Parts: sequence; C-alpha cells; structure tokens
Amino acid sequence: MSANALPRRAETLLWVAQRASAAMLAAFVLVHLATIIYAVRGGLTAPTILGRTHGNLAWLLFYGLFVAAVAVHVPIGLRVIAREWLGWRGRSLDIVALVSALYVVVAGWRAIWGLYA
Amino acid sequence: MERRPLRVQVWRGGADGALQRFEVPRRESQTVLDVVTWIQRHADPTLSYRFSCRVGMCGSCAMMVNGQPRWTCRTHVARLGGAELTIEPLRNLPIIKDLATDMAPFFDKWAEARGRFVPPPAPRMPTENGFARVEPAGRERRAADAGIECIGCGVCYAACDTVTWNPDYLGPAALNRAWTLVNDGRDGGGAERLAAVAGQGGCLACHTHQSCQELCPKALSPTASIAGLKRAVTLAALRGEV
Repeated sequence: MSANALPRRAETLLWVAQRASAAMLAAFVLVHLATIIYAVRGGLTAPTILGRTHGNLAWLLFYGLFVAAVAVHVPIGLRVIAREWLGWRGRSLDIVALVSALYVVVAGWRAIWGLYA
Repeated sequence: MERRPLRVQVWRGGADGALQRFEVPRRESQTVLDVVTWIQRHADPTLSYRFSCRVGMCGSCAMMVNGQPRWTCRTHVARLGGAELTIEPLRNLPIIKDLATDMAPFFDKWAEARGRFVPPPAPRMPTENGFARVEPAGRERRAADAGIECIGCGVCYAACDTVTWNPDYLGPAALNRAWTLVNDGRDGGGAERLAAVAGQGGCLACHTHQSCQELCPKALSPTASIAGLKRAVTLAALRGEV
C-alpha cells in the first residue's frame, strides 16, 4: 500500500457505500422512470410540472435522497475507473472524487429546491 | 481422422516477439502440449516452454491457446476445432522467451495475500494426540474444500481483465487461496490475512467478470471465493477490525 493510499477500512467502507447506494438507486430509478411515463402521457408544460412539484414534500424527499445516492455512487465508481483506465492514484484522485461528490449534491439539491420552492 | 498437417502459429521471442508458423502432423488424442513438444523435438529445438507432469497435476504448462488460457497437457487439439492453432505465452505475466512466462509476480501475490498457513500460538480447536479435529461436513471446511484443489497454473490470472487493468490486483488464485485459509479453523493468521486482501488491490477490486471460474481447468470458482472474502472484509470493516 502506498503512503498516499486511503486506509483499508476507509477503502472497504467506500466499497460498501457504493453497493448500498446502488441498491437504493435501483429502486429510485424504477420509480423515476415509471413516474415520467405516467406523468407525460397527455403532454406536459413547464407550468404544469411546476404546479405539481411546488410545495410537494414527498417529491422533495424522494429526489433529495435520489441526488444523495447519486452523489455517493458516482464519484466512488469514477475513482475506480480512473485508477484502472488512467492509472491515476493517490491523494489528488481522492480530492477530485470528493469535489465531484460535493458538486453533484450541491447542484442536484439546488435544482430540486428550485422546483420545490 | 483428419490427416492434413495441423497449421500452428507459435509465439517466439519476448514481449516484442512475433508469431512463427509451423506444420505439425496430426496424431490421435493429440494435446496442445504434444504439438509444442513435437515442434521443439522436430522443427526448432530452440523453442522454450515449460511443462512437468503432463497429466494435469503440476500446473506448469498453461499457455494461451487460440486466445484463451488453458492447461495444454489436458487440452485435446481435436476438441478445439478449426484447422489452425495459435499458441502464445500466458497473458498478464512477463514473457521470458517464447512460451515461458515469469511466474514470479503471480506467486508473489500469493505471499502478499498471506496465502501461507500461520500456526496460532495456542491451538484454536480441540486436539487429539496433537492433531486438530476438523469436522469434514462443517460449513467452514466445506468452503475451504471447494477451493483447495488449485494447482497454481495461472490460467485464472491470465483470464482476468481486472489483473490487466490493475497491476496491484492480487488476482483470483491468490484470493482463492486466502479464502481457503480464512475457512481453516486451525489457522492463526486471520486478521492479518483479511487486512491483506482488503484495500485497493484486494478482493474488492474484483468486478465479477467470472472469467476465472469459466476457464479454471479444475472447475473451481475463485469468483465464489472472492465473494466470500468480500463479505468477510465488509463485516471486519464494519466492526473496525481491518
């Protein structure tokens, strides 16, 4: 193990977090797709969509968790791909993965809040 | 039986070598190792390759045959089909010359995975006349038995894409060996071994492609062993033990 590598426990817990978030995403994506197909049957305008999402707490919670799961799942996976395909290792990769997680969570939650508030 | 000679392409040289063509007479029950041996005895005595037992026990004659790693002493040419045979050194290992690879990185990873029995300071199981009593039908012993017949041929290591992509990855054989020891009730190296197979090059790096169990000549399932290690490492991490 190189000096810059994360401790084994942290590495293992990241792996667990990625599997757990994948299990959550499997359910979220199914609900998401089913909702889209159901909601757009008659065609939708922007005001109709906003009318449904404004003040809808269930919608806010669902997509809030959805974004959190993506923010956990994607950067861990990209970190593994970068290691295997680009040979990128060490602290710089960990920082980029962390920053991408923060970006996904901030941008995602901001978008959701925009549709909710 | 087909009497036309077999057209064979054999890798010659090191990593920057090339394929060389030979024509080899067909024989009944001819194995790929027979073909290589015929070439060395009758066509080109400078051909380098490795074999020992010729009966599928020693694990030294594995090569890439038509792009797939195989134990050549037990691979019959007739069963491969096709009029041509391409024989190359095992993938994922440094080539020494022709069909001989340097197996050191493969076995170094067995050591890295703590693939050696560690006697505990005091017996961990009840003993009788100094011998541990291992219940053959016990859950742990059956898990160890499922992976214990590995002959160390390197076929799984050559078949694994994760080994190609991740030079730190310990590989299916070393992890399979670690799993048999994790399930050995007499062993005293458990915590150190789990720590060795966690981390970046350990069992969690496996993508479950299953090429190892598809091509293992002994029909073992390193994939299942690695899945067992993943569970053990996860539990140990959650308990703060690795």
